[in-house]
Amino acid sequence: MLADVPIVFILIGLTAYTILAGADFGAGFWTLFSGGGRTNSAVTRDHTRHAMGPVWEANHVWLIFVLVICWTAYPVAFGSIMSTLSVPLFVAAVGIILRGASYALRGQLDAAPQRRSIENIFALSSIFTPFALGTVVGAIASDRVPVGNARGDLVASWLSLTSVLIGALAIATSSYLAAVYLAADARRLGERMLEFDFRARALRAAVLAGALALAGLVVVRYDAPPLFAGLRSGGGLAMVGLSATAGLLTLGLVWRSRFGAARVSAALAIAAIVAGWAVAQQPRFLAGLTIGQAAADRSTLIAVVISVALGAIALVPSLILLFSLFLGGYLDSGGGMRAPVLVVSNAGVTKQPRSLGAFALACLLVGVALTVLADSGWAHALGITSLYAFAVSAFVLAAMVDQ
Amino acid sequence: MTTMFAMTGSAFAPIDQYYLLQARQMQALSLAVHIPLVCFGIAFPAMVLFAEWRYLKTGDPLFRTLAKRWSNVMLSLFAVGVVTGTILSFELGLLWPGFMAAFGSVFGLGFALEGFSFFVEAIFIAIYVYGWDRLPPRRHFLTGIPVSIAGVTGSLFVISVNGWMNHPGGFVLQNGTAIDANPWSALFGNSYFWHQFVHMYFAGYIVAGFLVAVPYAWGFLRGRWGRYERTALTIALSAAAIAAPLQIVIGDWAAREVAKAQPVKLAAMEGLERTTAGAPMHLLGWYDGQQVVYGVEIPRLLSMLAFHDPNATVQGLETVPPTDRPPVNIVRLSFQTMVGIGTLLALLGLVFLYVHFRRRRLPASRWFYRAVVLAGPLSVVALIAGWVTTEVGRQPWVVYGFMRTSEAVTGARGIPIGYGTLVAVYLGLAGAGTWLLRRLASVPIELPSAATPSTRELTPSRPQEGSRAR
Repeated sequence: MLADVPIVFILIGLTAYTILAGADFGAGFWTLFSGGGRTNSAVTRDHTRHAMGPVWEANHVWLIFVLVICWTAYPVAFGSIMSTLSVPLFVAAVGIILRGASYALRGQLDAAPQRRSIENIFALSSIFTPFALGTVVGAIASDRVPVGNARGDLVASWLSLTSVLIGALAIATSSYLAAVYLAADARRLGERMLEFDFRARALRAAVLAGALALAGLVVVRYDAPPLFAGLRSGGGLAMVGLSATAGLLTLGLVWRSRFGAARVSAALAIAAIVAGWAVAQQPRFLAGLTIGQAAADRSTLIAVVISVALGAIALVPSLILLFSLFLGGYLDSGGGMRAPVLVVSNAGVTKQPRSLGAFALACLLVGVALTVLADSGWAHALGITSLYAFAVSAFVLAAMVDQ
Repeated sequence: MTTMFAMTGSAFAPIDQYYLLQARQMQALSLAVHIPLVCFGIAFPAMVLFAEWRYLKTGDPLFRTLAKRWSNVMLSLFAVGVVTGTILSFELGLLWPGFMAAFGSVFGLGFALEGFSFFVEAIFIAIYVYGWDRLPPRRHFLTGIPVSIAGVTGSLFVISVNGWMNHPGGFVLQNGTAIDANPWSALFGNSYFWHQFVHMYFAGYIVAGFLVAVPYAWGFLRGRWGRYERTALTIALSAAAIAAPLQIVIGDWAAREVAKAQPVKLAAMEGLERTTAGAPMHLLGWYDGQQVVYGVEIPRLLSMLAFHDPNATVQGLETVPPTDRPPVNIVRLSFQTMVGIGTLLALLGLVFLYVHFRRRRLPASRWFYRAVVLAGPLSVVALIAGWVTTEVGRQPWVVYGFMRTSEAVTGARGIPIGYGTLVAVYLGLAGAGTWLLRRLASVPIELPSAATPSTRELTPSRPQEGSRAR
């Protein structure tokens, strides 16, 4: 039972990553296909870029979360997956570097002539990264990863029809989510033409994603029969149904330009795909390895549960704050909103406390003496604390000197 | 579960990987690219917040401009750090699946906790940097505090894993796989990681402080020397100048810890072949497989450094078989590089502090500013040399005394292709970064007039965003 808890964390992380970072990947997709709308393509590209600015780093961290929980709680499975699927994972890693770096670089440029090629690097890496990650999912879902150090085929394991299809589906769902979110953002900013364009793009991408999902079911039937069996019965079937319903609902909501609700139902459609895969595949983790067999010792699992619970206390309110500020338009760039005015009661008055210098000097002497001369752990702890107190107070004294 | 673990242990039996050295170099390259960015994660938010705190106290818009401009740089560096850090987590699995499979359950928790720090950092850095014009000033300042805390805790958790690799505990080894793992005591009950963390923490301020100071020192040499530049340089150099001399005290502590827990690493740092009472140290020179040649010998210095006793006995390399020794010259050279540069940086820091406190002004000599321009890149060299000392000094072990690096490496083919690709990508990044810095250096700073203590936005530090078509 305990052995299953971390896999639930992993699935939550994977769902969040697919929905949130997926939309950011999709923003890259629309950077490349920014033409053909009513708005000119430069404005469209700027819109996609600005819309992901404040959130993409936080969205990306979900991937790290998935990796670290996997290697802590299911180390043998992690080693097997990473070694056999080293090719697509390395491709994804390179895509992540190119994407993050080109995004950061683009943000520092205004009208440099090189900006278009940097945007293209960003767009292309936003397409091949989710594809590569999709092929990894396909390889695991179709039982092509055996237990062991690079025991599976380094190419055939991830180049199956299932993998390619899931890779394509990852691109399609990403661009679909992104179009829905970008339409909603355009409405918030009052950009009617952009809203219209992204509504049309969302409808097209939704149809494509739906078609790929259906094709996926056919492929899985022949290429991964155990998975198909799981999808055809019980919880798996329920999730497939839920995903289809939510997908159709989103289509209707986007059609009627109800983007707020469409954000939610689009996310639900994708969450149901991830959940359906998990339900269909359990209790198998890899070929010949169940989740229970893959799980680490009890003390490690308990430690993982405790740290995720503690982490959630910090994370959940922070995420709520971020997204409420983001969706409330508080983090939008430009727009001419005036900064709130600072009222300073004692403007220009700088106090230079004399006693701070004496305190710093005392800390320095105590810190050096305890760190250099003493040998016990407690003395060192006290010594380092004193040195730290010296560093902070000396810094304040030094940096406050007005030039 | 345990039986399955023992069974799968054999699936991760050592594999003959021809390209082990390339795998290590690839990991080292990725770490060398990432670690300078970690320094900014540790130190930069505090510097930015200091500037903003001065703004809140004085109402002087110059401080706001400074904090805002720095925070934009901070966000870009964070973004690059996000991706270079992601590569490291991928590589742990891609290059060292044996290590992860055998020990992930012991040390993985450190990374899980780091993941949460990373989350908090990513969330609040976005709110802080994008919220400059929307949030009330004091609330805005508060949103920066989690960024500075998370930058430190994140590195603390990662270094707790490195400390464990150097001084492993909290598990029982059976058939090459860890069982009975107790991650809490393995990571945080380990006395060995604190000196590593504190050493890195101060290194963060040295590297970030000197690097941030470089453009302003360069500006001084080029005649750009307004109040803005002087204030920026003062804040950045104050941080580096205080941290650099303190680092010598911390380093002394670290050396004694290494002598206790990793005597072979210490022997490699000097090239000490035989166990010696009153062991000397050699400046420069070369270890020829028997002894250090062409070096300047300083009698009893190693015993003094390692045990604070000129007659103490220091364990030599001969105490372990040749296959258990690290590559001595790499470790030696890196160690001497770190200590040499560190000493110079400490001297430079003391010069700054002396002039600053005694004469209440900044140094006037052009040589001082030339030295600062050099100190920035040199501090990065010292940082990387220090990490090479501890990481190569741990070889041939990945988990000191328990698992060899050769037992950890992947069985997958194609390491040279991956390595070559990564080198090309990082070279491209370095080229793009240089190009960007040259461009940014030519953007003039638009200073607000000091007469109006309002927070009116006078510095479009992201000019491209103002030009957005509506």
